[in-house]
Amino acid sequence: MEGWDGMADGSAAAIGMAAPLSGEKSPATSMRRLARRKSTIAFVMCLPLILLIVGFVIYPAFYALWLSMLNKKMTTFVGLGNFAFLLKRHTFQLVIFQSCLFAVTAVVLKAFIGIILAHLMHNIPGTNQKIWRGLLLVPWVIPLALSTLTWWWMFDPSYSAFNWILNQFGFENVPWLGVGGIARACTIAVNVWFGTPFFMIMYLAALKSVPEQLYEAAAIDGAGAMQKLFFVTLPMMRNIIAITVLFSLIVTFAEFDIVRILTAGGPQDMTHVFATYAFQVGIQSGDIPLGAGVSLFMFPILAVSAFFVLRGVTQRTKDIAA
Amino acid sequence: MSATTMGTAASRAAVHKTSLHRQRLWALWGSYIALAVFVVIFLVPPFYTLITSLKSSAEISAQTGSPWLVKNPTFENFWYLLTYPNFQTYYINSVIVTILTVTVSMVISVLAAFSLSRMGFWGSHVLSTGVFLTYLIPPSLLFIPLFQIVGSIGLINSVWSLVLLYPTLAVPFCTWIMIGYFSSIPRELDEAALIDGASYLQILTKIFIPVAMPGIIAATIFAFTVAWGAFLYPLAYLYTSNQMVLTVGIISDLIRGDVFQWGKIMAACLLASLPPIVIYAFLMDYYVAGLTAGATKG
Repeated sequence: MEGWDGMADGSAAAIGMAAPLSGEKSPATSMRRLARRKSTIAFVMCLPLILLIVGFVIYPAFYALWLSMLNKKMTTFVGLGNFAFLLKRHTFQLVIFQSCLFAVTAVVLKAFIGIILAHLMHNIPGTNQKIWRGLLLVPWVIPLALSTLTWWWMFDPSYSAFNWILNQFGFENVPWLGVGGIARACTIAVNVWFGTPFFMIMYLAALKSVPEQLYEAAAIDGAGAMQKLFFVTLPMMRNIIAITVLFSLIVTFAEFDIVRILTAGGPQDMTHVFATYAFQVGIQSGDIPLGAGVSLFMFPILAVSAFFVLRGVTQRTKDIAA
Repeated sequence: MSATTMGTAASRAAVHKTSLHRQRLWALWGSYIALAVFVVIFLVPPFYTLITSLKSSAEISAQTGSPWLVKNPTFENFWYLLTYPNFQTYYINSVIVTILTVTVSMVISVLAAFSLSRMGFWGSHVLSTGVFLTYLIPPSLLFIPLFQIVGSIGLINSVWSLVLLYPTLAVPFCTWIMIGYFSSIPRELDEAALIDGASYLQILTKIFIPVAMPGIIAATIFAFTVAWGAFLYPLAYLYTSNQMVLTVGIISDLIRGDVFQWGKIMAACLLASLPPIVIYAFLMDYYVAGLTAGATKG
């Protein structure tokens, strides 16, 4: 603590020396010096954050760009060669398609189920609500890499818990992770299972923030439950829904754990998404530049989503401030 | 005449009231039933983890009867893991990495949030926006250049690489929600303290941190969740068992070739999920409040 004060004083003194010796201390200059000292302290307090972001986010981002333009041995510059190579490759075209399919399907399902759950939860009075909410949040609390292991075990080809149930009802065994289409559905299902609670709590918070008077006014005007939903609740929640969906789109698009553990991209690369493919190419096969290139393909869609999330959040801040 | 009209009006109101009441009751019970169905579906995997963890290897490999029931419950899997040196190493590594990550992340983000929300300097608005944008960057975007960077500073296959990198995942969101909580503290409070001659550090430790405790708890839980559950970085940067953390250790150690020791794997998952479950059981409200504040307050 004392060290901190000393450092702050030191920086202030350094600035004072740099300024011309003004002789008399007029109130204006002392105020200015105070303000300058304040902003110096503020900057010093932010310095760890700035160093972290510059060192481990901004620098790696540009480094990734540079890496992706080298050949496999990282000796010669090949320009956009890696990107062109990737786009021509059938496996990579599959990866693009599957990433989009995975993200869009999973986010739509999560948003839909999440909104249903939030409404159900909203009907339940206070103390009970906490218990039910806690139970539904369990999937989201367990580290995803660990719960995906359980899913893998339930999809196990030789002793699948799901197949046992199907057999009880007289159905055939399903090769859960052995056939491309079904494996895709399985990875999406696990993602929905994991991510829905997040949507639920976001929507529940938004539902609680809708003023009760609006519903009363709608009831007086003779609105039914459906009309209240479509003309009061959803418009009031529009911004939160948009922010949550876009945010989840980013996270889901960049998903790694589920696909890596359940299928590792197989069968026949039918479940690979950008992150798992980048891992396979870059880390496992040791082609760092190509792997960096695969990751960078995520950037455009992430940037667009991020732009709209940011706009939504600032818009909402203004709405609340107004 | 007037008495009769009053009577009918009253009875109509009563009918209306009971029908409304009945409607509410139906909605309530319907919600309970629907939620119960969802809870059962959502809790199937944790339940199955528990069931499998109580089975002996013989019972699992016999593959007879319902996989959803356990015939001879046994704690042998848990006992095996608790006395298994590798598993102990993973657990200790996870604990160390998590504690260091949480501490570093919280110090960085509380200082930065205080500075950004109250003091400000040239470019601090840009930095606030930048912090939010950094939060939106997923770990899978930059793990390959970071692999090279980690390698160049000699931390490949070292648990310290995680301590270095995890804060990048935790700090942006922690800073973001701390800015929200700090901004909601009335300015009169710190002005009064300034007039009384308090330094900025005193204002932070004596006023802001105590008042924004719920936010600090929420941010701490977030940092904990990130550090405890991250999978991609340890999978990419660690490869010997003495350096691994739980998420990758369980997978690489208990799965050897085609031999899956499912009973032990599930027991390990359960043991590894225990700290987050315990923490959330007690502090869920703080975390939910912090998380939703991040989006609803802006």
